[in-house]
Amino acid sequence: MELLIQTLIIGGTGLVCAAILAVAARFLSVHEDPRVEAVGNLLPGINCGTCGFAGCGEYARDIVLHGAPINLCKPGGSEIAAKIGASIGVQVPTDERQVAIVLCKGDDGAVKRGVDYNGLLDCSAAQQIGGNGKPCRYGCMGLASCARSCPVGAIEIRKGLAIVHPDLCISCAKCVSVCPRKLIRMIPESRSIHVLCSSMDRGPDVRKVCSVGCIACTLCAKAVNNQGISMKNNLAVVDYSVPLSDEGVIAKCPQHTLEKRVGGKGVCA
Amino acid sequence: MITLGALFNPRGGIHPAYHKDSTESLPVEAMPVPKSLYVALNQHLGAPSKPVVKKGDVVVRGQPLAEPAGYVSSWVHAPTSGVIRSVESRLTASGQLGPVVEIEADGRDEGLPCTSAPAEWRNLPARELVEMVLAGGVIGMGGAGFPTQVKLLPPQGKVIHTLIINGAECEPYLTADYRIMIEQSEKIRQGVEILHRILNATKVFIAVEDNKPAAISALEKAFRDFAGELAIVVVKTKYPQGAEKQLIYSCTRREVPSGGLPMDVGALVENVGTATAIVDAVVAHRPLVERIVTVTGDAIGQPKNVLARTGTSFRDLIAFCGGIRGNPGKVICGGPMMGVAQSSIDVGMNKTTSGLLLLSRAQIQQYSSMPCIGCGRCVQACPSGLLPCFLSENIEAENYGEAEALNVLDCIECGACAFECPAHRPLVQHMRMGKAKVLQRRRQREAKAGQKEKAS
Repeated sequence: MELLIQTLIIGGTGLVCAAILAVAARFLSVHEDPRVEAVGNLLPGINCGTCGFAGCGEYARDIVLHGAPINLCKPGGSEIAAKIGASIGVQVPTDERQVAIVLCKGDDGAVKRGVDYNGLLDCSAAQQIGGNGKPCRYGCMGLASCARSCPVGAIEIRKGLAIVHPDLCISCAKCVSVCPRKLIRMIPESRSIHVLCSSMDRGPDVRKVCSVGCIACTLCAKAVNNQGISMKNNLAVVDYSVPLSDEGVIAKCPQHTLEKRVGGKGVCA
Repeated sequence: MITLGALFNPRGGIHPAYHKDSTESLPVEAMPVPKSLYVALNQHLGAPSKPVVKKGDVVVRGQPLAEPAGYVSSWVHAPTSGVIRSVESRLTASGQLGPVVEIEADGRDEGLPCTSAPAEWRNLPARELVEMVLAGGVIGMGGAGFPTQVKLLPPQGKVIHTLIINGAECEPYLTADYRIMIEQSEKIRQGVEILHRILNATKVFIAVEDNKPAAISALEKAFRDFAGELAIVVVKTKYPQGAEKQLIYSCTRREVPSGGLPMDVGALVENVGTATAIVDAVVAHRPLVERIVTVTGDAIGQPKNVLARTGTSFRDLIAFCGGIRGNPGKVICGGPMMGVAQSSIDVGMNKTTSGLLLLSRAQIQQYSSMPCIGCGRCVQACPSGLLPCFLSENIEAENYGEAEALNVLDCIECGACAFECPAHRPLVQHMRMGKAKVLQRRRQREAKAGQKEKAS
């Protein structure tokens, strides 16, 4: 008998609550645009925040309700932008995928360390006292601040030098703002010829500290008639806004600072 | 009148070995002008000065090399006569690249022709005296290098009633200020009189640590018949007693508020070296182009107190002091606690370089850091009343918001916490990075807020 009463009380309470919830669901429900969920399901769902919204759900809501541009998702790239465009009927703007590149080639083989560094293993901390013993004041210190900032682990530290794997890069540009020496640039992925140096020192000073640095000999800029490579502050600078196709220029560099690196998905550095 | 000031003990602090005995009894030796000088244009806090000379120009001693590039900035003058070899970006004593003027000395060391007789400064208005301090390129010589004229002109509504002359010199090894106090106590007195005239301060304190009895008696003698309320305060020997905010507390028992300046409690602190530089600038119209440097440590041939021109390279300083002895492990510009380890000795000294310390490899101990054991010794040592252990953990985890909430910006980077830490955690390095990151975030936040305001 006791058992029956208890069952009835618990069961009855449950029934009453269920009834209230059923009524509430009917009358208090919030109408959600079904497209929001559809777009949200297309987004990668890693909530990296590089689109500028507070996560994938928020971005999906803004696309559908406020007409946010559909190509802001960096990890998804053009593939997902196309899918979203198809699902909500919007034209996809065609922009080339951007990838990060570290404009320095001075790894431990090329640069001799002058002094011991016993400070924090963080680039901005080392920069505060002028570096970590690598004598070049412009080059990569290899203390991996960029690699730690990368949400997908696309940056590898190889022999004291940061290298971006363009196939893994999701174009979020977090590493660009982290680097205290401003060595990392975002470039269109199809660009393949790079001057891997950022030193603005004069040639003899560069040679003293690094065997692969740009010595401002201007041979590369002359070879391409200043079309695509120009000299600026003792440094050859590639103009990434125009494609540079003439691969012969690479052989012109006496320091082997110029290098061909192909970006893009499915290609490994 | 001399009264022995009331003595208040600021919180925290440590007692490192002082190692001052090798140079404290040595009179200051003037160093001959070296062949090449490397004068940095960012010796002071604030905006780097704008060069007014170019490559190939001929300059004489005391001629301006660069002009102030803002309100918080300073003049930089040629330390000797010669030819400008270059004006370019070079390594400076702070470890960073900065604008540097290289001068090749001609060996004649000619000065500017003397245009006016020594000024009778007692008749000049305060405003003109401050102009003369600015024109002399005087900056705080205790280490921070804050342009002195800015301190002497408090903004509307702030009154400076207490002048504190800092002769504490709490950094181990350094004896530059100590020698100034013994050898130039009369000049310090003149400097105090000029500062007194500019500020009209009601009370003057001269603070000296109690391990410098000779300096105290020299100052007592020099200030015997000083007209005005003056106290020579003998403060307790501990590190960082000579830090600005700590010294204000020692003398007046007033605490500078968080994020505030000494003028918020009506105080102004000037180093003894700055006081003598002010005398040169005002009385003799001689700009600040030389200072006393203690070259010491167990890896230097002959430790000395050297009177050297600004821009003298560390290599020349070391050569003048008997060269390197044994196996050097570290070269530090400044004292061992707050100085900057140098990656090259081909760097010019600054107006703020109070010492050059060469330590042998045997003295250098490299530790690897371990996790915090929560002993709280850093908290006890911190003179600013911060919690270095929590700050360091938060900064290590890149949790800069929490670090800001724990007042990381009040850290004076004295290094007392790291000195005490049994786990050898790099606490000061964390603080330094944390401060930079917090300031950077703050600027970004302000820029964003400014953009939003513009947009709306």
